[in-house]
Amino acid sequence: MADSLGARTRPYRAVLASRARSQRSYRASFAVDLASSMLVGVIELAEIWVLFHNVVELGGLEFSQILLVFGLADLCFSLADMTFGHCDNLPTYLRAGTLDVFYLRPQPLLLQLVTSDISLRRLARAAVGAVALVVGLTVNDIAWSPAHVLLLLVAIVSGYAMFAGMFVWAGGAQFFLVEGAETTNAFVYGGRYAATQPASVWNRPLWAVFGFFFPMAFTGFLPALWLLGVEAPLGLPDWVGWCAPVAAAWTWVMALVSWRLGVRHYQGGGG
Amino acid sequence: MTEPIIETTGLTREFKVRDGLKRRTVLAVDDLTLRIEPGEAVGYIGANGAGKSTTIKMLTGILVPTQGSVTTCGLRPVQDRRRLARQVGVVFGQRSQLWWDLPVRESFRILAAIHDLSAAAEKERTDELVERLEMAEFLGTPVRQLSLGQRMRAEMAAALLHSPRLVILDEPTIGLDVLSKQRLREFLVAERRTHGTTLLLTTHDMGDVERLCDRILVIDRGRLAYDGDLPGLSRTVGAERVLVVDLAESIEDLTGIPGTRHLGSEGHGLRQRLAFDAEATTAARVLASVSERAEVLDLTVEEPDIEDVVRRIYAARR
Repeated sequence: MADSLGARTRPYRAVLASRARSQRSYRASFAVDLASSMLVGVIELAEIWVLFHNVVELGGLEFSQILLVFGLADLCFSLADMTFGHCDNLPTYLRAGTLDVFYLRPQPLLLQLVTSDISLRRLARAAVGAVALVVGLTVNDIAWSPAHVLLLLVAIVSGYAMFAGMFVWAGGAQFFLVEGAETTNAFVYGGRYAATQPASVWNRPLWAVFGFFFPMAFTGFLPALWLLGVEAPLGLPDWVGWCAPVAAAWTWVMALVSWRLGVRHYQGGGG
Repeated sequence: MTEPIIETTGLTREFKVRDGLKRRTVLAVDDLTLRIEPGEAVGYIGANGAGKSTTIKMLTGILVPTQGSVTTCGLRPVQDRRRLARQVGVVFGQRSQLWWDLPVRESFRILAAIHDLSAAAEKERTDELVERLEMAEFLGTPVRQLSLGQRMRAEMAAALLHSPRLVILDEPTIGLDVLSKQRLREFLVAERRTHGTTLLLTTHDMGDVERLCDRILVIDRGRLAYDGDLPGLSRTVGAERVLVVDLAESIEDLTGIPGTRHLGSEGHGLRQRLAFDAEATTAARVLASVSERAEVLDLTVEEPDIEDVVRRIYAARR
């Protein structure tokens, strides 16, 4: 197939453009959506601020440093939520038979699901994360070098990929659980919450789950430590923040295995 | 010999269902072997739960068969699903492939992109469908505001936009009024005539089968119970038509008319129902016999309904 990229992405662009248009077509409603989405982001941030109102330091980090962790993780999560968050709707799709309609179109199922919607209102929430990140990068004393800029970019891309992978992983699991969105939410949204906190205060089981299995510590905390020049906990080497892409790759291996098993389960084996 | 458009051999599908704490296996489709040639129009009928939808899902690659093989348009549905999707159009009466918050026109535009139609092909096909299905008046209306009849026409167009060789319709006329049903049937007849499209449809509506299908498959508990034409089906099960007459005066029951069976009387014999076998007599002859006994004010002829035909086939097999 020597199709150009433009031709190959045409189906997805057509769907996404129409989704975006339809969300913006009701201006008042879109404005309310944006505002409420931003409010959610601000509340998440306020939670951390309240915490630091009572302590000066948590897990070896000060408020300004946590701001960097929060900004990185929350920005990545919000962007992933905007583009992959509707994978949460899979149980509804399964019940309504929408998934069968995907089967009747000549595109891969997962790509169709991912590109079936985009929640523009989450941009407001991403803006909160972005502001926190910029403030975090400004107020902290960072010894800027090209490597620091590179790690920042690597961390954002990898963090986005990790949260996106979490949504896909959860989507695959829904095939088995159907009514079990609660279970996967504990890991997806629990993971987001964990990612915005200093992982140095986690206990060992939490490290096992959100440090490595679902590598949430790699979305904000570990890259932020390297940027800040703070030593990593648990005797981890100081370059561990650079392993974010590895963590992202691992998340996607899990996500695709989960999706594949889920689809096989739905179709009844084989495939 | 041409290649069949659908061919199954020993097609079988089991489902494991939880029955309290035990798990048991249910055979939804059981050793189904059939062959459909390009250009045929086939009615696939059976009771709810007989295995119709399961068969359709295996034909289109949504479900993997437990055993047996299936070829659709010369392709293996599960492995070649994406290539198959370009040649098959499916209309589900109960689920939508349109975007509920978008105007109909916009849904067609997206589907054209999904099937990668060229601008010229898109315009030509959309215009053809809009005209044949009389959709011009509601092209700009969001799907959620359409009446059921309008929505089904739009669904039909959505499934046929990419000019599939094979169109599978699952209960396409369910819930529609007589006029809307008629319009959809006429459209399908015309589509078949101009493009040679193969039709496979499941339905509970005898009208669909009579007007659209030249071959009938009856499925019973996952097994093929009948394969042939409609008159043959009626002959096999001896499906009777029913003549209902309203009389000017109340008379005693109309028994003893040749080739008929008296089913019942209402209003002291003012309305009477006679079942007759279309092979043995005609409606006109029965009417003539009735007229000898009393003046007929009004009459209707009830066709055998699909449930009845299916029930009789099932009864004969058990």
